[in-house]
This record gives sequence, C-alpha cells and structure tokens, in this order.
Amino acid sequence: MRFLFKTDYGQDLRLFKHRGQVFWYAVLAVVLLAAPWWASEYMMTQLHFIGIYSIVGLGLMLLVGFTGQISLGHAAFLAVGAYTEALLAAAGWPFWLTLPCAALLSAAVGVVVGLPALRLKGIYLAIATLAFGVIAEEILARWESLTGGNSGLHVKPIELFGARLEGDAGFYYLVLGLTAACCVALANLLRSPTGRAFVAIRDSEISAACMGVNLARTKTLSFALSAALTGIGGALYAHKVSFISPEQFTLLVSIELVTIVILGGVGSLHGAVLGAAFIIVLPQLIAIAKDYLPAGVAGAAGLQSTVFGLVLIAFIVFEPMGLYGRWLKVRTWFELFPFYRKGMFRRQKTYMKSERVR
Amino acid sequence: MRFFGAENLGIAFGGVRAVDGVSFELRRGEVYTIIGPNGAGKTTIFNLIGLIYPATTGRILFQGRELTGMKPHRVAELGIARTFQNIELFEHATVLQNLLIGRHRHRCTALWQELAFTPAVRRAERAQREAVERVIDFLELAHYRDSLVAGLPYGVRKVIELGRALATEPQLLLLDEPSSGLNPEETNDMAFWIEDIQKGLGITVLMVEHDMSLVQRVSDRVLALNEGRVIAEGTPAEVQSHPAVIEAYLGSKEEA
Ligand SMILES: Nc1ncnc2c1ncn2[C@@H]1O[C@H](COP(=O)(O)OP(=O)(O)OP(=O)(O)O)[C@@H](O)[C@H]1O
Ligand SMILES: [Mg+2]
Repeated sequence: MRFLFKTDYGQDLRLFKHRGQVFWYAVLAVVLLAAPWWASEYMMTQLHFIGIYSIVGLGLMLLVGFTGQISLGHAAFLAVGAYTEALLAAAGWPFWLTLPCAALLSAAVGVVVGLPALRLKGIYLAIATLAFGVIAEEILARWESLTGGNSGLHVKPIELFGARLEGDAGFYYLVLGLTAACCVALANLLRSPTGRAFVAIRDSEISAACMGVNLARTKTLSFALSAALTGIGGALYAHKVSFISPEQFTLLVSIELVTIVILGGVGSLHGAVLGAAFIIVLPQLIAIAKDYLPAGVAGAAGLQSTVFGLVLIAFIVFEPMGLYGRWLKVRTWFELFPFYRKGMFRRQKTYMKSERVR
Repeated sequence: MRFFGAENLGIAFGGVRAVDGVSFELRRGEVYTIIGPNGAGKTTIFNLIGLIYPATTGRILFQGRELTGMKPHRVAELGIARTFQNIELFEHATVLQNLLIGRHRHRCTALWQELAFTPAVRRAERAQREAVERVIDFLELAHYRDSLVAGLPYGVRKVIELGRALATEPQLLLLDEPSSGLNPEETNDMAFWIEDIQKGLGITVLMVEHDMSLVQRVSDRVLALNEGRVIAEGTPAEVQSHPAVIEAYLGSKEEA
C-alpha cells in the first residue's frame, strides 16, 4: 500500500503523482518505441489501428465521458477528417498542412452539430446526432464530383517535409507521437479550468451555470475539440487503409466508437486507450475462437456483431466503470491484500435531486 | 448606489402564480431572510434572481446593473453565488475539484495555454488552489479534501456547497435553507459560519430558512411570503409576531 504525503500544492498539479507512475510509463514508452523490432508485420498493423482508434476514443471520451453529451454521429467526423485528408493530399498539399486542415474542418462541423446540444439532452441528443451521421453518410455517397460517391477515393501516402513516409515503422511513429500528444493535451486540459467546466456540465448543468460556466460556449467547445480529435483520427485512418468510401463511415461505426468509451470506462482517459485496444483485438480473438467452435456457430453470419453486443451489455450490467475500473479494482486488491472488502467500489445512492429546475 | 433590488417580481407556472409582485431591497452587508410556508415561492425567487427562470414581470438590479435578460452565468460573474435546497454538487468529482469549479469566474488562462499546461497555467492553478484552501480552512473541510462527493454524508455536502459558493468570492450569497436536514450541532456551526461570512468576509447574505431560532439569531431583516406575495417585512421579532404571518403558518381562524 502506498501513502502519498503531500507537502506542496504543486504536487496535485503534476501529471504523474509518484515515482512508480513515472517508472511504468517509461517502461510502456520503451516497449512501444521498440515495437518495430519486436512486433510482426501483422501486429504492427494492429498497433496502427489501436493508435488511430485511441485518438478517436479520446475525442469521444471528452464529449461523452467528461462533458456528458452523447453522440451517435461520430463516424461523420471521422469521415470529414478522412475525406479532407484524401482530397488535400491528392491536391499535393503536404501532411503538416493537411492534418490541421482535417482537424479544423471537423471542428467546424462539430460546432454546427453541437448546436442542438444546447437545447437537447440524453436520448433526444442521441437521435439528433444519429440523424446527422446518417445525413453525412448520404452526402458522401451523393456528392460524386467531390467524394467519388460509392466508388470511393484512393488516398496517397503521407508526404512529410518533401519525403514520402513509407513503411510500417515511419507511420507507426507518427501515429504513436500523435496519440501521445493527444493524451497529454487532454490530461492537461482536464486539470485546467476548462476541463473542470466540462465535468461540471456533466454532473449538474444548473450548478455549473450558477458557478459562472457559460453552458453554450463550453458545450460547443467540447463538441469542437471532440470532433477535431476524431478528424485527426480520420485523417490517419485514410492513410492507413489507403482507400475510403461511404460504407466505412456508417452508423455501425459510430456505435463502435461509443463502445470504445463504454468498454474503456466512461470518464477516464486510460479507458479510451484501453477501449480502443479492446475493440481492435476482439475481432482477432473471435477469429481465433472460431477454430474451436462447432461449425454451425462459427460459420453463422453476424457472429462478430453478436459478440460485440453481448460484451457491451455485459459491461454495462456488470462493470459500468469499464476496463479501467476493472483494472483499478484489481490494483486495489493487490495493494490492500488481504484487506480488500467486497463493497469497496459499490456506488453510493445519491440523495434526492431537485426535479423542478430541470 | 443601491446594492440589490427586486422590483415587482412575478412568474406563473401554468395557472399557479408562484411569485406575484414581490419587491424588496438588500443593504450591503446585511443578512436578509425570506420565510414562508411550503410552496410560498421562496426557491422560485432564488431561481428568478439566478435567471434560471425568466421573470414574467418585474426586474432585478444589482449594483446599478439590470440582471433581467442576461444569461445565467453572467449572474455568477457579477458576484452572486448560491446554494441549492436539494444540494446540486458535482457528484463524480472530489471535494477539491468542486471547490475549484467555484473559482471558474476568476480563471485567466486561454485554451491553448491549458492544452500545453504552460507555466502561466501552473501559476494560475496554484493561486486558485490557495484561494480554495482558505475556504477549506474556514469551513474545516480539510479532512474531505480528496474524497469523492458521491458518498459523503448529507451534512458535509451542505458545507461543501456553501464552500463552493464562497470560493467564487461573491458579493451576494444566496442560501436556500442552509440548515435543512442538519442536526442541532451542525445547525449551530452553520449559524456561526453565516455570522462570520457577514461580519468577517463582509458578504451580503440573502437566505431562505425555516428554522426560526436560526433566523432570529443571524438575520437583520426578514421578509415573509405566502402564496407568492409579500405579507410582512421587518426585524425578525416584528415579522414573527405579525398577525398575517401567524395566520399564514397556522391557517386562518375560519378553517381552524
Ligand atoms: N418549474 C416549476 N414548474 C411548475 N411549478 C413550479 C415550478 N417551480 C415551482 N413551482 C411551483 O411554485 C410554487 C412555489 O414553489 P417554491 O419551490 O418556490 O416553494 P418554496 O417556498 O421554496 O417551498 P419549500 O419551503 O417547500 O421549499 C409551488 O406551488 C411549486 O409547485
Ligand atoms: Mg424551496
């Protein structure tokens, strides 16, 4: 068991709370930096996708997990990022320009999509964003002169400072660097006034407003930042798959993205990364499991979606704190051994809340 | 200049006139209490001042500015803080974070600085923390500093809410039933704090309260409300012995 003695307010402002954390993050960094040496080509591809989905997951986590606004249309931001990147790269723009453009354009669309969030809540907001996602998909398919319609678009490889970024390793380091940068930027934001305002809106809009939080501005900002991150993810995704078409940005993808947040653990940045890793690895596990399943089950169509659905339900029912919550419990168990009590993480009933001022 | 004035405030919910032509003024530095039976419209007055509901009639003036028509967050920025009758805390955040949100109106850093957590942000955060620690000392909350709000006892939550309001460094503090649900000892603490807030910090307090002994003890003036209308105003003793107030609380003679 570790006791932290605090002797200075600065200690609470640090990203890493103690030496142990620094050590483990350093180990993680070394392992990840060395990946091109230990990972097979196949694993490298998985790592690319985990990085990309982590960035998207972080974006959605900011919106859903920290600001409490649901979105079932995030695949559309992914699409905005991907198509912007593809088109600008085709026009010969360098990557260091196309990526910010993809992020900015997504953010701008995010601001527009955030407008209903100023009036709608919960399920109604979910429906509004869902509708947006469907409309965006339709536009991609119909605006053939720009997007190539259903026949899709080829994406040129990344050009960085005049040189082509080729091979798995180069792209890997790019994704890794961006993922790490996004993690740090969000962690910074969440320990600053703006991040606290997000959390305030999530927990109680009325008292956030009474503390001087500008609800409209803050919610819009959250949508914009979330969309920007998703757009960055989309741009990287476009280069990774090198061919994009509308059916890669359907409602199902939006739901998959929300799954990242829920599986990972609503309200934690670690959760976004864990959730992303899980969602990439799960299909592989299913593929492996298929060999051991009876032919009737293994060959059944929709096996993967069924498993996804079941896992999602299982998490919501049994582990609402997600993978990160599960990890916290395991860690606490070890730290406190043999004194762990069963009810330690049980959620407390909250007191009656005022319904009148909603 | 007048410190605070409500003029002819009114709002109706459907057919119910929850507040009907209420006017009162606050002097800087006093404790002013609104009393009245359940459903009299006391909380609704707070919600009108906080611009949670738009007033149908009347206007609110604070330090020479008219609040009516502004957005709710502007009220806080101008220096009015409040607590809620049914505790509205940020449940999934720690006590410290809750109080820090109280500092929101004093923030001074831009988004890009926060994303990079520049030294300016670090300095600002330190200053905010020092301000919050003063509130923690004042309300003796040190023990709970790092606990999550969800799961803390009711009495503590009430104090945290008071702390969050104080962290905004308001000029006017609205307290909605600060003693409801507290035991006698906690009520006594609350009375001390209210006196300290008025005398020590020089903050004007507008309070809604049912506990008459607390009202007697801390209030300079009292306003009695019934069915949305003012029925009496004056010193605590005057209002308590006012026939209309007694009638409102005990029911009219014909009914009895
Ligand atoms: N949002 C609302 N919609 C409809 N009616 C409301 C609303 N808010 C308040 N009311 C009504 O207005 C009247 C005054 O309510 P208010 O909450 O101000 O009473 P109160 O004086 O604070 O009572 P209590 O002592 O029980 O807290 C009540 O009849 C209540 O039902
Ligand atoms: Mg009330």
